[in-house]
Amino acid sequence: MLDAIPSLDHAGRMSAARSKILARMALGDRSFHLVTRLCAYGVFILLAGIVISLIMGAWPAIKTFGLEFLVTRRWAPQLDEPILGALAPIYGTLLTSFIAMLIAVPFGLGVAIFLTELCPIPLRRPIRVAVELLAGIPSIIYGMWGFFVLGPFLAQYVEPGIVWAVQDIPVLNIIFGAEMISNISLFNASLVLAIMILPFITAIAVDVFSTVPPVLKESAYGIGCTTWEVVTNVVIPFTRVGLVGGVMLALGRALGETMAVTFIIGNSFKIDGSIFSPGTTISAAIASEFAESADLHRSALMYLGLLLFILTFFVLAAARLMLMRLEKRAGA
Amino acid sequence: MSLYESRRRSNLTAMTLCLVATTIGILWLFLILFSLLMNGLPHLSLEVFTEMTPPPGETGGGLLNSIFGTLMMTVLGVGIGAPIGILAGTYLAEYGRYSKTTPTIRFINDILLSAPSIIIGLFIYGIVVVPMRNFSALAGALALAVIVIPVVVRTTEDMLLLVPNTLREAASAMGLPRSHVVWHVAYRAARTGILTGVLLGVARIAGETAPLLFTAFSNNFWSASLMKPIASLPTTINSFINTPDANMKQLAWTGALIVTLAVLGLNIVARILGGTKKQS
Repeated sequence: MLDAIPSLDHAGRMSAARSKILARMALGDRSFHLVTRLCAYGVFILLAGIVISLIMGAWPAIKTFGLEFLVTRRWAPQLDEPILGALAPIYGTLLTSFIAMLIAVPFGLGVAIFLTELCPIPLRRPIRVAVELLAGIPSIIYGMWGFFVLGPFLAQYVEPGIVWAVQDIPVLNIIFGAEMISNISLFNASLVLAIMILPFITAIAVDVFSTVPPVLKESAYGIGCTTWEVVTNVVIPFTRVGLVGGVMLALGRALGETMAVTFIIGNSFKIDGSIFSPGTTISAAIASEFAESADLHRSALMYLGLLLFILTFFVLAAARLMLMRLEKRAGA
Repeated sequence: MSLYESRRRSNLTAMTLCLVATTIGILWLFLILFSLLMNGLPHLSLEVFTEMTPPPGETGGGLLNSIFGTLMMTVLGVGIGAPIGILAGTYLAEYGRYSKTTPTIRFINDILLSAPSIIIGLFIYGIVVVPMRNFSALAGALALAVIVIPVVVRTTEDMLLLVPNTLREAASAMGLPRSHVVWHVAYRAARTGILTGVLLGVARIAGETAPLLFTAFSNNFWSASLMKPIASLPTTINSFINTPDANMKQLAWTGALIVTLAVLGLNIVARILGGTKKQS
């Protein structure tokens, strides 16, 4: 029995070993903490790196063209002294995104309303997954499909009818007018963009709709509201901030979408007011010209990239702030 | 009675429109899959996976080098991006949960999550391709890693936040150091969720084209070197689909079918793994 009682010496050795292990654990602990922290701060570095490298790449163009770049319509990189202006790509980017939002927002909300209010519960998940899988399809596939399948269909069966119908109506005959209808146009690009952002709008709308307390909806139903009245008077007002946030998030996606648009838009730097004629967007211009560009031309494309980043940054930041506001309220 | 009638009618109209919207929404998915199958399936054969990309004017050939390039860059990209993302997500959820910088980091991460991928391409072009003076598989993998990081940060943080605090407290009460609590308790509880995030990251980059155009560029020959340009499925599709050569066009459609099925498959696996947990 006596042997089992550790001697003083033994206890001393035990505590030495113990403190050694503890020291090692503390070291491991501190270094793990440090590593995770560095990785988290890496996000800042990433953002700063993106901004700095874009500014550096764009610097020659910023020096040459300054802010006039934003309002110059001409894009002539082949000249000895290139004249490069971003107005056409900016116009194309804003216009295609705007049309895409016009189409996708009502559709996306419609799907979300169907999923949250009407759909039988066993069908909800499969339908939601099917819509969200649309978001998983690579954008180049949308580009090919838009160019080879959707574009020819629209050019053959839909667009000639519209052009014919509005040919005598002022203003409309400019917007919907076209000298030649092809499967390359701003409108086709917008439509493909709309299909691409539909799942984002639906997913966020379903999420924010589910933050409405059931009691609110039940009381509305209780006083005899129809489903549509519950949606317009209770669900949508309650989730307004989040919906706007979700829509802006989708807008951020649409603004920066590259491959799908590059295929369909034709990369032509002109502004003629018609949505059935070819155009270009910032990302399409970068994607189709960057490889063959040099010097000032390349720098101007970087400048375009910088503009796109600033634009999407503010749109996405506003979107996140709005979604955060909704989250805060839902948490309170 | 007429007021009730008109309310009923507008309700019916609105709900029908919602049903129509949903039908059309799902229709797109099937239309796209249908045309991919129609155009891609007839040419799908073993040669596609075992032979190199053909030059114009020849028949046959496959996509071996581009499939290999895509696999290599995706694996590398996830290999670099996922650990960084998981560690950063760990900081946000575990160590820095109440720190003042955490909301800012989360905010910036969310913005990077939706940032245009072509911008990431320009960024890597500026910091890797220009100093190295040539396009390379490494640059492509780094661009993909930058895209993966925000996805993984987000899901890791979300999943760790779902782990009940009582589990951590129990482990701490037994005297485990914080890092052990994270490794042996929090990670273990959130394992499937984190894996789901990584899979979603893979699905996101496997079909990316824009950031590879001026980082990895393209290559018609076999290359396994990190320092040389490398082909990838999306960039090969992009260049083959625009050629007049019928054989190359066929291969592009087949490649498109392979990429889409792979990406959708990954998405579905991730969803099954994620189960009923909410995914963003």
